[in-house]
Amino acid sequence: MFDIDLWREIFQSINMNRTRSLLSGFTVAFAILLFAILFGIANGLQNTFEEAFVDDADNAIFIRSGLTTKANKGYQAGRKIQFENEDYEFVKEEFGDDIEYITSRVYKNLNASYKNEQNTYDIRAVHPDHQFLEKTLVKEGRYLNFNDIQNNTKVVVVGRMVETDLYKTVPALGKYINLNGIQYKIVGVFEDEGSEYEERRIYMPVTTAQKIYGNNDYVDEISLTYNPEMNSDQALAFGNKIQAKLKERFSVAPSDQRAIRIWNMAQGTKQVDIMTSSLTVIILIIGFGTLIAGIVGISNIMIFIVKERTKEIGIRKALGASPRSIVAIILIESIIITAIAGYVGLLIGVAVLELVGPSLEVYFIKDPGVSNTLVFGATLTLIIAGTIAGYVPAKKASRIKPIVALRND
Amino acid sequence: MLKINQLHKSYPIGDSSLHVLKGIDISVEEGEMVAIMGSSGSGKSTLLNIIGMLDEADTGDYILDGLPIKNLTEKKAAVYRNKFLGFIFQSFNLINYKNAIENVALPLYYQGIKRKERIEKAKFHLQKVGLLDWADHLPKELSGGQKQRVAIARALAANPKLLLADEPTGALDTKTSHEIMAFIQSLNDEGKTILMVTHEEDIANMCKRIVRLRDGVIMEDKKVNQVRAEQYV
Repeated sequence: MFDIDLWREIFQSINMNRTRSLLSGFTVAFAILLFAILFGIANGLQNTFEEAFVDDADNAIFIRSGLTTKANKGYQAGRKIQFENEDYEFVKEEFGDDIEYITSRVYKNLNASYKNEQNTYDIRAVHPDHQFLEKTLVKEGRYLNFNDIQNNTKVVVVGRMVETDLYKTVPALGKYINLNGIQYKIVGVFEDEGSEYEERRIYMPVTTAQKIYGNNDYVDEISLTYNPEMNSDQALAFGNKIQAKLKERFSVAPSDQRAIRIWNMAQGTKQVDIMTSSLTVIILIIGFGTLIAGIVGISNIMIFIVKERTKEIGIRKALGASPRSIVAIILIESIIITAIAGYVGLLIGVAVLELVGPSLEVYFIKDPGVSNTLVFGATLTLIIAGTIAGYVPAKKASRIKPIVALRND
Repeated sequence: MLKINQLHKSYPIGDSSLHVLKGIDISVEEGEMVAIMGSSGSGKSTLLNIIGMLDEADTGDYILDGLPIKNLTEKKAAVYRNKFLGFIFQSFNLINYKNAIENVALPLYYQGIKRKERIEKAKFHLQKVGLLDWADHLPKELSGGQKQRVAIARALAANPKLLLADEPTGALDTKTSHEIMAFIQSLNDEGKTILMVTHEEDIANMCKRIVRLRDGVIMEDKKVNQVRAEQYV
């Protein structure tokens, strides 16, 4: 039931006892403010971490070969291990169930030219899956496809900076590019979130490069991404399994560290996971602590308020106030103050994060912010805590004999 | 109006207890004006507080306006206080953040009367004590006599059957005391039943009956010739 007179009583009490209201409001506002800022900063740190690993797929494994360092099965140390297309097929066959994308890579460094402009670029000859491994964003045209691999077509996909370097303002899509004397058609232009350096690359079908630049089946590197549902421990084990299988295939000693080399992103992911989860724990502790401090503050204020109002309670009781109306007037007042102050604290906190946020990027804090749900939850917790903390002394005050309350000076 | 039979009250003091009222018998008829006198510690204030339902007796009967006052719930006591009793205190006990008219209207709020009507009634009673012009003033802006008059207006607002005054002139100078007493006498003239505690002989003589307490028993209960306060004003 809405009782306008009760609200009038409460607002008069808040308004006429401004110091008391402001002080108790300040405690709540400050607790929520700290809570919002701490959580915001923590979220900012987390954003930085996440962004650092956004460039490449974070579930990637890269496999390269080198020289053996140990004699094994009748072979001498120092033998060169060379991957070929067969090995790519082998990995794909053997581990297909756990592989998301897989590609070979052949590295070349070629001189590229268009009309009078020329420059040297990294060429990567790859399979179509490479697009997803590198998170390449095709801006115009298309990426390499199965048909290109099948038919050794002379097509390339060039980076945005290659287009800028060689073609200036003319669109590169559909034009030809000369790579060490051979003409390739540009079928796509790409962007990469990583850096401009990554946008100075040229992709061509792996089979084309093998045919034109060596007439062999050689592969410099096999890259793959594993099933993203694997956790970092499973992923590390998966990488080791691939390595062991390949060592066996090439008759490399199991303890040989150089012949078959694996670089597993899960290694880094695991560290980041540990970092983020410990950060989360620290944040939770801090947030929880702030809330507890707020709750203790509110409880103290409520006890103080009831103490201060004891005489008023006595007068009201002498004039015919029921115990319920005494509890109501004290509790509703505290709830109103807590709610308003909590909201003010939230506003200030969000405003501070907005204002200071951009300048914190130097300190690895990016886009600090808090979800409204979280802060409303915190405010609600404080309101509930304040209600409980206030209810006990209010109830007690409503029960004391008016004569005792009146004697209280 | 009021009948008290073999009333006892004691307060615990540490391990022992202090027997304050030792079997009080008293009855008050409608329209009386009674002064309860006694030195400090005689139990006069305790008696008044029990009559006012601000405190509870240990044993004995107390019947107010035909209703037995015993083992009341807090809620019921609140209703009875509001309906039957008006209080006047030595220290006025006004709510300091409410202005004069709001203080007077407060008992009406607890009667559940609508705001407009409350204000009307409060105005009427403020006018009666001659303070309508001070309606918007806070207690701290009023003199002692004015505060007590606001308190009297508040006590009258709910139109109680019995007016209880605990040393109503205790905090006032002689001249103001006489003004307040003259006003209380005029209320009695209109038919209000009044019970007051005082330790001042001249104030007691302005009532119609004096009950003297000593060590928790009634020593003397006699009717007196009322001294009118107007003559000193």
